[in-house]
Amino acid sequence: MEAKAIEAFLLPLSQSGLFELLSPTPPGWGGNLLRGLFNSVQIALGAFGLGLAIGTAGAYGKLYGGPVIRDLLEVYTTIMRAVPELVMILLLYYAGTDLVNRALQGFGYSPIDISGLVAGIAVLGIVQGAYATEVLRGAILAIPQGQIEAARAYGMSPSLLMRRITLPAMLPFAIPGLANLWLIATKDTALLAVVGFNELTLETRQAAGSTKAYFTFFMAAGVLYLLLTLFSNVIIGRIERWSRRGMPSVAGGH
Amino acid sequence: MQDLPRRALRIPPHRIGLLVAASALVIFAALFMRWDWLPDYYGLALAGLWRTIWILVVTCVLGFVIAVPLGLAQAGGPLWLALPARAFCTTIRGTPLLLQLWLLYFGLGSLFPQYPWIRESELWPYLRQAWPYAVLSLTLSFAAYEGEVMRGAFAGVPRGQLEAARAFGMRRSAILRRIWLPQAIHRALPTLTGETVLQLKATPLVATITVVDIYAVAGRVRQDTFIIYEPLLLLALVYLCIAGIIVFAFRRLEARIPARLG
Amino acid sequence: MVNGLKMALAGLALGLASVMPAHAQALKVGIAAEPYPPFAAPDASGNWDGWEVQIAKALCEEAKLECEITPISWDGIIPALTTKKIDMIAASMSITAEREKTIAFSDKYYNTPTGIIGPKSETFEATPEGLKGKILGVQVSTVHEVYAKKHFGDTAAEIKIYQTQDEANADLAAGRIDAVQADSIALDDFLTTEQGKACCDMKGTVAEDVEVLGPGVGVGLRKEDTELKDKINAAIKGIRASGKYDEISKKYFDFNIYGD
Repeated sequence: MEAKAIEAFLLPLSQSGLFELLSPTPPGWGGNLLRGLFNSVQIALGAFGLGLAIGTAGAYGKLYGGPVIRDLLEVYTTIMRAVPELVMILLLYYAGTDLVNRALQGFGYSPIDISGLVAGIAVLGIVQGAYATEVLRGAILAIPQGQIEAARAYGMSPSLLMRRITLPAMLPFAIPGLANLWLIATKDTALLAVVGFNELTLETRQAAGSTKAYFTFFMAAGVLYLLLTLFSNVIIGRIERWSRRGMPSVAGGH
Repeated sequence: MQDLPRRALRIPPHRIGLLVAASALVIFAALFMRWDWLPDYYGLALAGLWRTIWILVVTCVLGFVIAVPLGLAQAGGPLWLALPARAFCTTIRGTPLLLQLWLLYFGLGSLFPQYPWIRESELWPYLRQAWPYAVLSLTLSFAAYEGEVMRGAFAGVPRGQLEAARAFGMRRSAILRRIWLPQAIHRALPTLTGETVLQLKATPLVATITVVDIYAVAGRVRQDTFIIYEPLLLLALVYLCIAGIIVFAFRRLEARIPARLG
Repeated sequence: MVNGLKMALAGLALGLASVMPAHAQALKVGIAAEPYPPFAAPDASGNWDGWEVQIAKALCEEAKLECEITPISWDGIIPALTTKKIDMIAASMSITAEREKTIAFSDKYYNTPTGIIGPKSETFEATPEGLKGKILGVQVSTVHEVYAKKHFGDTAAEIKIYQTQDEANADLAAGRIDAVQADSIALDDFLTTEQGKACCDMKGTVAEDVEVLGPGVGVGLRKEDTELKDKINAAIKGIRASGKYDEISKKYFDFNIYGD
């Protein structure tokens, strides 16, 4: 009786042909998932890089910019941190390409074709930029003021100061926040599924819809995302140790 | 001395410029964009807004209630409790919420036909609907993120205080209730504002599993009328307002709690 | 510090400019990014195929246009057309007066009846009385959504709106909803899958309502692209006359999908 119940429970699971479905070569759908994962990582890398660039400029603007720039940056970071990414993605995805093309036409250039990959990177990058601005601003503020003053007293130019003093000195303070942003970037790529970009989540949904094996595929995609996160954590740990070389071990233990 | 109160009121000149620019934008939007769809969707939008807020509040409260034991287990629990709690937090934080939501709703749903007895169970009226899955997955997500915060908060309470309590002969449950928990929660409070706003930003995902929240209503307007920007802009404004209210409410709450306990 | 901003902006502009594809003149044919068999679905190697994909390719060939099949979210497919992300829609989109306010349509290239499916264990008809007290699922932004609201809105317990047809079917199989209304061919396809065979059967076709359901499915186009519209209309006539249309259809259907 009991054996039968267990059998009734396990049979449907074994019937779903787990390994055939997930095999990396057709007719298995594993290849699609891996391709989606590759796209997701690509977008996450691009968005994180763009966010870092915006964040650096934003942090400097917030700290040393004029009053107008500071206010505008405040508006930017407030909006990005309060409005759901999903809404921003839709707004920037439709409006962004439209505006870029209209601006180009206004200046007499021919409209360009913005691929889903670039649009995705731009949209997530702009959202990431707001968070990166705050992280980097906090990190720059955490540098002991004396270091910057000493560099100025030596007559360092602003660009040299940024390259040799500010950036390296703020790195240990910025890395935990930036690491968190990277993890958010990898997960936010899933939201691009809503605008039809073929990243891991959409590939998974298509595979699941075509084979009706929803549970199997969503679990498989979850494992892939988790592996990505765990792998990132290992790398982040190394970077963190590297950035703290030569510093007393108390840093970060708040 | 006389211009002291005036100085407090004066707005810097560049802000006036910015405000003028902002109001010009708003007026432009009001005059030249299409808002004729608003009356038709007014009722639906209110119902959607209510559902968004309802889901936000319920999942934050439930999530926090789960986060406390999760944090405690990781900070001071035995290994057989700490490890599963740690694994739970890592898994939830390491995968996208959208995927978790779909796994729960569509993944579990696809298993239902294979187990017919589920449809006869008493839970079936709830399993049939979409909102329980939305609440469950948002709650688990909030619990995992806040559980990580609570772990740090429990670990951050100075050891000396707990040792002093033990020296006074307090029982372990009393130490937890009177010393450890209140201080940990107090330490975690500042992060709650940010986590709640993040939770707000996660709520529109429930629209993808047929829960009609405010985001879904904006989507409906776009799909019915093919007007793209107006509903989305208004939607962004609504989220900005809710986020503003959350920040304001937590600031009031924090102001009422003394900075130093005892 | 303003320099930093400027540099970032310049970098952004450069990045955008560098992505201009070399073959910008290829027309983008938008299909729904959600599988909609037998009309369009990706296979395990990620290529989209199906009756409609083949028809779209045949139309481009006939009109001597260079085309690129571009999957795009159904939910945003009309905005994608109007904001020039794609140039045509070949996604089983029915020609309706409501949509014609925003976009233009070619002549129809197929027309099939609308059906309703439900669990095998229950018997009911595809009428307002038959759906009394039932939860009916439809796909968002389809003629079926409009039709269901108009005809079944009063009697059905709830009309649930899904982002994709697959999700509606999955929820029917899971028992969360009692019926699904959609194109009868898409439903037939679902009923031949293992999941569909086990759970559900066709309850019937709904009463005709040309005003809502439209005269058939056409290629969606921007209103200003009248030249393209003429080319596509000529191509539809062309492949019907040359036998190409029937050749493709025979691979998928054993009846006349064009309608009368």
